Amino acid sequence: MKQSVVLMSEPDLRTVSTATNPDGDARPLTPASVTTSILIAAPSQPADKPEGFSVVGKALPKVDSFAKVTGQEKFADDIILPQMLYGKMLRSIYAHARLKRIDVSKALALPGVVAIATGADLPVRYGILPSSPDETVMAIDTVRYVGDPVACVVADDELTAEEALELIEVEYEPLPAIMSIDEALRTDLPQIHPNPRRTNNVHKEAHLEFGDVAAGFAQADQIFEDEFFFEGNTHAPIEQHSIVAQPTSDGKLTLWCSTQTPHYLHRIAAQVLQLPGSYVRVIAPPIGGGFGGKTEPFAHELAAGYLALRTGKPVKITLTRQEVFYAHRGRHPVRFKLKTGVRKDGSITAVHLQSWLDGGGYGSYGVATTYYTGALTTVTYKIPAYKFDGIRVFTNKPPCGPKRGHGTTQPRFALECQLDKIAAVLGLDAAEYRKRIAVDPNTTTVNGLRITSCGIRECIDAAATRTGYHEKKGKLRRGKGIGIAASSYLCGAGLPIYWNPMPQSGAIVKVDRGGGVTVFCGSSEAGQGSNHMLAAIVAETLGVDVMDVRVCSGDTDLTPVDLGSYSSRVTFMAGNAARFAAVKVRAQLLEAAAEKLNLQPSEVGLSARRAYELTNPKNAITFIDAAQAAEAKFGTVVGVGSYTPPKLAAGYKGSGVGPSPAYSYSAAVAEVDVDLETGVITVEKITLAHDVGRSINPDSVEGQIEGGVYMGLAEALFEEWPFRAGEHKIPNLLDYKMPTSLDTPPIESIIIETDDREGPFGAKEAGQGPLNPVIPAIANAVAEAINARIYSTPITAEKVLMAIDAQAGGGLRLRAVKTPKVPA
Amino acid sequence: MSVAPPKTLVCLNINGEDIECAFAPNKTLLEVLREDLALTGTKHGCEMGHCGACCVLVDDEPALSCLVLGLEAQGRRIRTVEGLAKNNQLHPVQQAFAECGAAQCGYCTPGFLMTAAALVEHDANLTSEKICDAISGNLCRCTGYTKIIEAIALASQRMRESEPREAKRGTDV
Repeated sequence: MKQSVVLMSEPDLRTVSTATNPDGDARPLTPASVTTSILIAAPSQPADKPEGFSVVGKALPKVDSFAKVTGQEKFADDIILPQMLYGKMLRSIYAHARLKRIDVSKALALPGVVAIATGADLPVRYGILPSSPDETVMAIDTVRYVGDPVACVVADDELTAEEALELIEVEYEPLPAIMSIDEALRTDLPQIHPNPRRTNNVHKEAHLEFGDVAAGFAQADQIFEDEFFFEGNTHAPIEQHSIVAQPTSDGKLTLWCSTQTPHYLHRIAAQVLQLPGSYVRVIAPPIGGGFGGKTEPFAHELAAGYLALRTGKPVKITLTRQEVFYAHRGRHPVRFKLKTGVRKDGSITAVHLQSWLDGGGYGSYGVATTYYTGALTTVTYKIPAYKFDGIRVFTNKPPCGPKRGHGTTQPRFALECQLDKIAAVLGLDAAEYRKRIAVDPNTTTVNGLRITSCGIRECIDAAATRTGYHEKKGKLRRGKGIGIAASSYLCGAGLPIYWNPMPQSGAIVKVDRGGGVTVFCGSSEAGQGSNHMLAAIVAETLGVDVMDVRVCSGDTDLTPVDLGSYSSRVTFMAGNAARFAAVKVRAQLLEAAAEKLNLQPSEVGLSARRAYELTNPKNAITFIDAAQAAEAKFGTVVGVGSYTPPKLAAGYKGSGVGPSPAYSYSAAVAEVDVDLETGVITVEKITLAHDVGRSINPDSVEGQIEGGVYMGLAEALFEEWPFRAGEHKIPNLLDYKMPTSLDTPPIESIIIETDDREGPFGAKEAGQGPLNPVIPAIANAVAEAINARIYSTPITAEKVLMAIDAQAGGGLRLRAVKTPKVPA
Repeated sequence: MSVAPPKTLVCLNINGEDIECAFAPNKTLLEVLREDLALTGTKHGCEMGHCGACCVLVDDEPALSCLVLGLEAQGRRIRTVEGLAKNNQLHPVQQAFAECGAAQCGYCTPGFLMTAAALVEHDANLTSEKICDAISGNLCRCTGYTKIIEAIALASQRMRESEPREAKRGTDV
């Protein structure tokens, strides 16, 4: 159901507002790319390409598409090595317990079992954030959630390893399990991680205040205060986590791992296994979906590395689906209090946001997540005074971490729901109101975040116009609703996870005598199309076909560091690194070709596998001839590039979370039909406009939008993270309600281009941003349909019925603001 | 040595070829394909029949290979993603998936392709409702199904019109 949308007449596309382009210069653009796009700023084109881009902006099949449709793509679990052993983890059956004794002797005696490791073998503490190194590969004295690893068996085959797990004797001393935010705040329960500075299970507190918040609330004509609860949920990529660890005779170790962050695994594997970094090689094969769930080293990965070294044989560990649920690191359940002061015209005078995050058993990315629940509040709408208090607690549940939208998805639900309430009370049109208070390009927020290109108004306009929002809003019959919400997201975190002054991304571009081009980059292909993005940027810069470019990514021995596929950073950062590397190669090719053509380099262009005279394109040599001339003149034709974001952190404690070289913007409109008898919600359509800066490949951008909308829909209506007696109630893909094709409504994508001045060819991000506005848009549509608001996710039929009933019985509104308590 | 039961020698017909292989009788067809025949194009996502990633065709009907024993596959015609392309020519559903961007991470793709191949080969009059219905047993976490539905419709249309398949790029396998 491809949606081709032309929202403005074609001639206008070339000159519509140059809102984000300071020089206001309107250059022509390639007409072929505009059918699904709205361009609001003139494109920055290479000076030698009056005809426009030849690769960038084209909906080409991704370079790895053909491997993916033939079964040739090798994922980690597809790697089978001779003499390979299979590993299985023994996991805690208690949510919280002391580990008194562990005896592996009977398991070791089972024929076919080769080795067993326990916590004592790998005592080095680690954590993805240097600020919370609270994990060991396997439990040493305490288990902190059902599923916490206790031992690892390797055997000749999986069946034997599984049988051996049954023979390991573990003596636990159960401790009270802390299963909710309220319990974690109590001072009379044991600490999950001993901390003498506290009496409760608080992991992290963040308190920030910007501008004069008290004065802001004093100036307000009206103050709105609401509480919300955002349910936790998990990534559930279809590929289960997998690793193959191969020891080599020189004492080194190679890890093929389904990871979004090969560099971080490299660092932490070397640290935990106590090997020099030069002895560990991490290769990230293409992964079968991540969504943030494969962004940190997992226990089974480090255990596989250790046992491969110990046995001298390759070891494979692939998690079962149930283990993937326990491995988790997914969306934090978060409770919010949100207080907003507004003037009569709706302009915001101050915001106070409080968040309580249910972190699960370990720190993971939680310190960053805590800040993220507050950091991006200000980059969407103008907020002159802002106070944020965030608290993350430990509970005896699988650790939470980053999931698509990392920590910003939950507050966006709260903020956009409350904004709709404000609009309703003040009698304002919810779409026009959002546009009025939206941030402007090239401004700085009250918490010091730099905003450059910004297409939020264009997104709201496009989504509202396309859906007839203004015509429908308030005029639908009871049971029908239309809702809007807007959002913004990072294009890469401005600072790396471990603070250092080095680039966040590097790339090498090499040209072969045969005309082939290879780009080497440490990025990890997670299905988002990063390999195609690299090939497209290099092909565009060098004037070759995208299929001439081979991408070698995610190999810590071969590729320069890229920090990984998280925080929507790859297009912006790896794309820029590849662009800079290719520009250096381009200079060599131009100089050598110019010599051949008796021209100056500035008179030569590269396009369609040729180097040609700009004013007389028939005077040309082939790309191969240019490559060979360059090699003869300069030696091996290679260019290196790296990208370091500008220094953006404002300097206060916590200012490292939130800065980004650019922000993407989105707006979603959801149209719903609620059955007032059953409470069942049918989402009829979701329309999403996304400011991507520039689409390197419109098909990929649409794909990211559609995937984000789908995942947002799932979080809004279906997916839950429920526990009973410490155990996850539904750790399988049948009961965990992932939407199928029958549950997913038609999705219409509108691409808005704002040509970011620092992004590669103007590109920003599309991987995460489009998810965020979907959830509040659905919530706002449901609120209109039933004339009552649901303050917690997922918005289920039961909650709808309760809200309708409460309304009938006196107009009370349902307020589910606490972590649901599941009877033990 | 291991606790695994002794292997049985079996002849299976995979992608039109009779293949002799020995495997333990408790192994599923999924495990036999991946581990004993190195046909790793067929994927797993749950091994409980929930996700559809392991879908293959058994006598031209979609079947979840994680729920079929290897031994049960004797005497049946098994088709996997490796057997979809013929004479270096992609099957129309493969071509359409590549062109439409229907494969993002590509992990669920082989399962979808097999479901889709059976669908377009059996039914010349597909509607998007029929497509949605047919693929509802295959989970995809990346695409929101939009481009998958679009790709299957395109493949079906091309087969119906028997147009020469005009690939945008690279039809060679």
